[in-house]
Amino acid sequence: MSPGAPMTRLIVIGATSAIAQAVTRRLATPDAKIVLVARSEERLIQVADDLRTRSSCEVRTYVSDLDRLKDHPQLVSQCWESFDGCDILIIAHGTLPDQHDCETSVESALAAFQTNGLSTISLLTIFADRFEGQGHGSIVVISSVAGDRGRRSNYVYGSAKAALTVFTSGLRNRLAGKGVHVLTVKPGLVDTPMTAAFKKGPLWASPDQVAAAIAKGIERSRDIVYAPWFWRVIMQIIRLIPERVFKKTNL
Amino acid sequence: MSGPYQSWGRYPSAEHDVEYLSWRTDPLPIPAHEDKSFLAFGKGRSYGDACLNDGGVLIDVTQLNRFISFDQDLGILRCEGGVTLEQIIELILPAGWFLPVTPGTKHVTIGGAIANDVHGKNHHRAGSFGNYLRCMEIAHSDGSRTHCSEKEHEELFAATIGGLGLTGVILWAEIELMRVESDKLEVDRIPMRDLDHFLQLSEESDKEYEYTVSWIDCLAPARSRGRGLFIRANHARDRTDVARRKRGLRVPFELPVSPLNRVSLQAFNKLYFHTRRRVSRVEDLASFFYPLDWIRDWNRLYGPRGFLQYQCVVPEASELRTVLDTIAERGKGSFLAVLKVFGDISSRGLMSFPRKGLTVALDFPMLGTSTLDLLDELDLVVQRCKGAVYPAKDARMSPESFRCFFPNWRQFSTFIDPRFSSGFWRRVAGRPDD
Repeated sequence: MSPGAPMTRLIVIGATSAIAQAVTRRLATPDAKIVLVARSEERLIQVADDLRTRSSCEVRTYVSDLDRLKDHPQLVSQCWESFDGCDILIIAHGTLPDQHDCETSVESALAAFQTNGLSTISLLTIFADRFEGQGHGSIVVISSVAGDRGRRSNYVYGSAKAALTVFTSGLRNRLAGKGVHVLTVKPGLVDTPMTAAFKKGPLWASPDQVAAAIAKGIERSRDIVYAPWFWRVIMQIIRLIPERVFKKTNL
Repeated sequence: MSGPYQSWGRYPSAEHDVEYLSWRTDPLPIPAHEDKSFLAFGKGRSYGDACLNDGGVLIDVTQLNRFISFDQDLGILRCEGGVTLEQIIELILPAGWFLPVTPGTKHVTIGGAIANDVHGKNHHRAGSFGNYLRCMEIAHSDGSRTHCSEKEHEELFAATIGGLGLTGVILWAEIELMRVESDKLEVDRIPMRDLDHFLQLSEESDKEYEYTVSWIDCLAPARSRGRGLFIRANHARDRTDVARRKRGLRVPFELPVSPLNRVSLQAFNKLYFHTRRRVSRVEDLASFFYPLDWIRDWNRLYGPRGFLQYQCVVPEASELRTVLDTIAERGKGSFLAVLKVFGDISSRGLMSFPRKGLTVALDFPMLGTSTLDLLDELDLVVQRCKGAVYPAKDARMSPESFRCFFPNWRQFSTFIDPRFSSGFWRRVAGRPDD
């Protein structure tokens, strides 16, 4: 495919997440060819029907439990071969683990790290080779502002996301000369089923606001997108607080 | 949606727990052991407490926003209950279809449009929203679901249209659409001298025009009561390109004191109504149907106390005159009234508001008991003539008024899901013994 040609082949991992659904809708042009991957077949069907109703795009779905790392090579092959390549890969799956649970159980802590960090690193490692060979495309990874600094309230989730931030930074460096764009997305507080238990305030954004920022980031080949943008400022300030002060805060 | 859950009038305030329903295949988030009551919540565009459930649980359905199917040849659309009319229009208009009935804002969900059996400027020709509903699926608190239509579970179907969300959660609905040849309307705006002129223009126009509505200046002196603008329109025939819409405005925060007062409004009305001549022009669909959507969060203009909207329907012009006279005498600051003649197409809902007659809608800033007393007085006028007040806009009608306006309420109450309730319902039907 020549540079500048419309990017129409999408692979969306964690396609039933609220943010993934909102982004996919925005990118589902009539000539798009979309591969959706998620754990629940029932939900995948609903998302696929929605996309097919919104545009004349082509949609294929694969059911997969992404915690099963050994299934990844086959999953990646299936996705890649569905439409013979990929222009935009979006990795959006994740869970918000119970921090207290993670503090009292090694098993819970490692499981949370597996889902939010290791499984994405595994997928990216396999996809990266394909993208490198293809010589173009965008890889979009949903990290989080929680990965910018460890806080007592969610440092297991945060450290898994921090791993993604650093991993994608390195991957971006590796693929920069190869024509492949890597976008690290750091959403702030987003009103989704994952955060249903939280009290909402003025800093909260809708999945569609985050999706708009992601779509713009893809279009303009940005490296790191905070969504909404003001989180860049907030996190800048939070990162500047000296550790000896920060350790006494209650964030 | 983020922030606290409130209704569009920002009165009354309410405290809720919030649960989410994001998939139509999921069970309702209603635990068997708890005894709190539940109510689905979409965009919160009901004005009063019909969409609130103080002390109870709201089920946020805004992520229930997927399309299911769209038959572009027959104009039949099926989508989930939390899809907004805005999302529907974005999908169907480029394919040459439009909503057969639309209210004055596109920021409502289809579930809300059904639950309030909303109406629009074409009521005289088209009836209300429920008339275009083919079928829907309702989830009940006991875990069961009902697929209903005119032919299947038709009683639940009729109870859910205009049923204020009390019969369960509308998971998805299928509606008929209307063919349009363009996204434009040919609109006439005609200065109106008084109420008689309104009646005359309505009678003339309702035959020839798909849409009619009028705005009247409530601050006009008694001799020109009913002064205002009569607006009528038909869909334009030629297909023209979608006009680029100017970026809308937004009221960014609530002002400590409302800028809407007698002086500013009198000045506005004078400018708006006095300088107008008859204008005929082509307008795009959004600016004709949804003029206020252009100003996001306009409800904040009423300041921290919020406002009340009052919409009633009365059978005769003389009763409408009594309503307008009462408001003018009190000088309670509704500055603009929206007036329309409802046609005789009957609504399908057991509790639907639209019925043959004349309807008027007014905004009142909430000024405490003086505002509430005035509205009670208006209720008496409406009671005497067997009219009705619109629950979607109400935050204060008495149980006596409600039972008079909606004589089917007792039959309706047998269809209410035992775990569902709302602030509105507890207020108007709170005493089960009488």
